[in-house]
Amino acid sequence: MTNSALQQFERDAALKAADRQHRAVIQKNIGTYNIAVANGRKRFADWPGSDQGWQNARSHAAAIKWETINHLDRYLEQFEQNVLANGGHVFWAETAADARDHVLELARRHGVQKIVKSKSMTTEEIHLNDALEAAGIHAVETDLGEYICQIRGEPPYHIVTPVMHLTKADIARTFQEKLGVPLTDSAEDLTMIARAKLRQEFITADMGITGANFAIADTGMIAVTENEGNARLSFSLPRVHVAIVGIEKLIPRLEDLALLWPLLAASGTGQTITAYNSLIGGPRREREADGPQEFHVILLDNGRTRLLADVEQRDALHCIRCGACLNTCPVYTNIGGHAYGTTYQGPIGSVITPHLRDAQEWSHLSYASSLCGACTDVCPVRIDLHHHLLHNRRNAVQRGFDGLIQRLLFRAWFWTMQSPARYAVAAKLGNFALRRGLAGALLKPWTTGREFPAPPQQSFRDYWREHERRP
Amino acid sequence: MRVALFIPCFIDQLFPNVGIAMATVLRRLNVDVYYPPEQTCCGQPAFNTGYWDEARALAKRHAEIFADADAIVSPSGSCTAMVRNYHPELLGKATRATAHTYEFAEFLVKHLRVTDVGARFPERVTYHDSCHALRELRLKDEPRQLLRHVQDLELVEMDRAETCCGFGGTFSVKFPMISYAMDEVKVSSIQNTSARYVVSTDSSCLMQIDGYLRRQNLPIKTISLAEVLAST
Repeated sequence: MTNSALQQFERDAALKAADRQHRAVIQKNIGTYNIAVANGRKRFADWPGSDQGWQNARSHAAAIKWETINHLDRYLEQFEQNVLANGGHVFWAETAADARDHVLELARRHGVQKIVKSKSMTTEEIHLNDALEAAGIHAVETDLGEYICQIRGEPPYHIVTPVMHLTKADIARTFQEKLGVPLTDSAEDLTMIARAKLRQEFITADMGITGANFAIADTGMIAVTENEGNARLSFSLPRVHVAIVGIEKLIPRLEDLALLWPLLAASGTGQTITAYNSLIGGPRREREADGPQEFHVILLDNGRTRLLADVEQRDALHCIRCGACLNTCPVYTNIGGHAYGTTYQGPIGSVITPHLRDAQEWSHLSYASSLCGACTDVCPVRIDLHHHLLHNRRNAVQRGFDGLIQRLLFRAWFWTMQSPARYAVAAKLGNFALRRGLAGALLKPWTTGREFPAPPQQSFRDYWREHERRP
Repeated sequence: MRVALFIPCFIDQLFPNVGIAMATVLRRLNVDVYYPPEQTCCGQPAFNTGYWDEARALAKRHAEIFADADAIVSPSGSCTAMVRNYHPELLGKATRATAHTYEFAEFLVKHLRVTDVGARFPERVTYHDSCHALRELRLKDEPRQLLRHVQDLELVEMDRAETCCGFGGTFSVKFPMISYAMDEVKVSSIQNTSARYVVSTDSSCLMQIDGYLRRQNLPIKTISLAEVLAST
């Protein structure tokens, strides 16, 4: 099980886990989130079904996504036909490289010098910014959080709130250092500084790149959810709009948004509805005042069809990227988003990354969980997250990623547990070793910060045999 | 009704008093209990680490050993969840044993319909929700109901009682620093209650918490729900 991703993870996770300042910032931010979410969910109090509105809403949403993912072939084709009918273009990208190459080709064809981007994890996934920069094209992140990440040269810390790990003071220092502006402790001032910079970029950009929160099969539209209005500017001002959309973003019908929009808002940020929700149905038409000349949708596979082929874990494609599982995860909140080394962090990232990327290299993430199940409980589309971590672990063992020492230990353990006599002998030996302090090396990872319990005089079974007669 | 005691391996070996306390309380309630001595482990460590073939063999064994019991009761939400929720997946079917296995507090409140077992424990305590009792078995109120009926016991809730203590079996050894941080967060919630005791359905959580408390010489003790209920 030795690999560089694991070693990097162990190092980064250990450092962050011991960083109490980091913990305080995250706990404060997630505390605010938790209060908001409790409020956001109230909207669903009367969702029809029974007296448990929020639970019914989750079940309803899961049913919509289940239907979509299990007929994804049909919905994707329907979506494509409708985009084409609306005057847009569709490109099917099997790999990250296919998607990047297509964006570069479009940029070349349209003589693009500058691109404005709204927040999109799929573009992070395919490392689009690096490819654009290498081609000499200036790409600017326009979501405030993503903009801060970009000028800091950091990947997003969280799929929804990219700079959850930073305080206002951290951001002020970043702006001072990178933008040469005076230090300020006013959030409004900081926002206005970014806004002034970004307005210029919007006006002069040739292409806007966005993701999509949903791709609607029956209308050929994409839905984009945001709070800053930067996505609207990104797809309405430049000449060309390119949306990079994971194939799991499909939903069957426009009316499904009546549930999915507020559900995403409640789980993502605790809002009843996000500030801006846009539906984009193609390029500018005659007599329309704004919109791009060309509208392109890139449908990205990049490993998703492997997950689709796995009947057991297919529901991981239900994910609407709300981030709720990250926020509730006691591992995520202690090690932070960067330690994962993946595009998608937290429980959902640990579930899907071995499928989307190299299964062996990323198998450790499925083990980096106490299986507490908090993620599964909050998931608004009812993905069986902690159960899938177990499936990933089983798959890792079946494929021989488990390592020789662990395999031998479990073989010996199994041999012991199959027989009460062997178990009793092993237990006696263990008890003896504990008493004499001989189990030190084996227990060391655990006892480095804790006292191991003192072994009792007598096991339960010995006590019972002595005090009770078998019936 | 004959009730089989399902004593998980680590309770057997490290915390026998928890099993003894459970048997004591059940007998006070006139329940006919017995202990099948062939039992070893439900297979959870193997299952959680990915060794499902081994876990399956142990699940099969477990089902055979407990096949005759009217009910099977265990002082562990985690091992109960393993048997009831995951053995059927391993075996491809539910068995008598999987369907009739209950966590101790659950058995008292939901099946015997007892909330007052006649215990007395004159201390201020706080209750830690074990993840598996809470989220696999949906036991939130049952342990608290039992505690509220203990004479002279004062129950104070901690913040984030539902947050994991960081044990997670092999997780705590594979990723000790993460597990330790989670332990620290949990203990700080406990400290803020000014309780003298932390109570839980699960001794694995309590071992994790107690290990930290003792290393730091903190004046808080851990005690299983079964032992509280056996106190008079």
